Amino acid sequence: MSDYTSKIKEISERLLKEEKVEIIIGFRKGTVPMMNEPCFVKTPEDVKELVWDSNCGINLANYLTGRKEKIAIIAKGCDSRNIVTHIIENKIKREQLLIIGVPCKGMIDKNKITSMFENEIMEVSEDKENITVKGEGFEKTLNKNDVLQENCKICVHRNPVIYDELAADLIDEQKVDRYEDVRKIEAMSPEEKWSYFDDLLSPCIRCYACRNACPLCYCPTCFVDESMPQWVGKSIDPVDTRTFHLLRAYHCAGRCTDCGACERACPMGIKVRLFTKKLEKDCLELYGWQAGLSLNERPPLDTYRPDDPEDFIK
Amino acid sequence: MKDWKPRIVGFLCNWCSYGAADLAGVSRMQYPPNVRVIRIPCSGRMSPKFILAAFMKGADGIWVSGCHPGDCHYMEGNYYARRKFALFKNLIEYMGIEPGRLHFSWISSAESTKFARVINEVTSAVKALGPRKHGIKTMPDELVKSKISMAK
Ligand code: SF4
Ligand code: SF4
Ligand code: SF4
Repeated sequence: MSDYTSKIKEISERLLKEEKVEIIIGFRKGTVPMMNEPCFVKTPEDVKELVWDSNCGINLANYLTGRKEKIAIIAKGCDSRNIVTHIIENKIKREQLLIIGVPCKGMIDKNKITSMFENEIMEVSEDKENITVKGEGFEKTLNKNDVLQENCKICVHRNPVIYDELAADLIDEQKVDRYEDVRKIEAMSPEEKWSYFDDLLSPCIRCYACRNACPLCYCPTCFVDESMPQWVGKSIDPVDTRTFHLLRAYHCAGRCTDCGACERACPMGIKVRLFTKKLEKDCLELYGWQAGLSLNERPPLDTYRPDDPEDFIK
Repeated sequence: MKDWKPRIVGFLCNWCSYGAADLAGVSRMQYPPNVRVIRIPCSGRMSPKFILAAFMKGADGIWVSGCHPGDCHYMEGNYYARRKFALFKNLIEYMGIEPGRLHFSWISSAESTKFARVINEVTSAVKALGPRKHGIKTMPDELVKSKISMAK
């Protein structure tokens, strides 16, 4: 990963020195392990802050919304797809951007790793496939593939789909079944489904971290904050919570790239991607659509075909 | 449960299905009286929030009806709506609403016979499922009582 970091620094320094861009949006080391934080670098001297490793799971496209300056942004596969989505939704202009693409080898799941140890983790380092976790009185090396984020395990677009510079050579894409978990739920009876989601959502505290982490959620007034009329109650009443999750996911229909930023941000470890993945699956099956792959196609709910499936309509 | 009557909310497009309801009425057709009709300007105006709000407030079934593809008063509102409905119906059923609670149809203003047939179908599907078991949000009895006494 250190070669990724040095290449990113090299490109960023050049772009700032040549005044091709005003800021670089990338990652710097966080104050706690496994939590790199987004950062805005404005001078060549500060480029040294930038890092790249398996803790860069936050989606940086979230920081582009409505910006006016010339920006270079570091983009892994999923970020690049959200950048495409941002461009087609007029949240940023392609001409404003210099995209530094990062062929991505997956991000690690901090919750999973934390739950493997009793004591507090003080340091996490990595060397290719090995993740070494240290804390008071323990040190253990894990295999990265065993602790990948759920979405990264099944990611089929690790390479950036759009870029101006590359931080490393492109990599092979995985061939995986993305929807095993969704199909399992689809096969349940309505009663089982209802209680499955009741259980899934019961820890939710309505903090909206999942919404805030998502680049798609940029509405000036979110439906959860609307009060005239109030579509969804603000309490943690189970019906309200369920309605919130249903609508949040529905608003991401045909736009979600399964970057996992929402799930990663949830302090209660709720698998919120189970909702967006259902929509993703349907968009693929009904409309042959995958989000964020092309600047020239309209997203599925912004277009139609006269012969769209309608066997559910009387 | 024998006397239980389902409450069904029908969202009908002004330019077609609502007209079909009128025509069915003036033609003195017989159909079950369980649907409360809300007139909307186009099936494209239908927001999933309307459906969720109705379900939350206790509707046993919901029925949305618009113009046939190609006949939209606004040219393409129903084409867009069709995609929204497909994804929404799948999602809400994925989360545990029984298939048979949420219905969609295309009915032109001349199709009063189809209107009567669909309203029959919708009503019997909802009746077969019985009252909703989950997902209704009502005010706690105490709160309702205190509000009433405050108003007095
Ligand atoms: S979803 Fe894909 S591109 Fe995004 S972090 Fe995971 S592996 Fe990388
Ligand atoms: S809903 Fe979650 S997975 Fe989808 S784009 Fe937003 S943050 Fe990423
Ligand atoms: S981040 Fe988690 S706890 Fe917070 S609102 Fe989302 S699902 Fe609920």
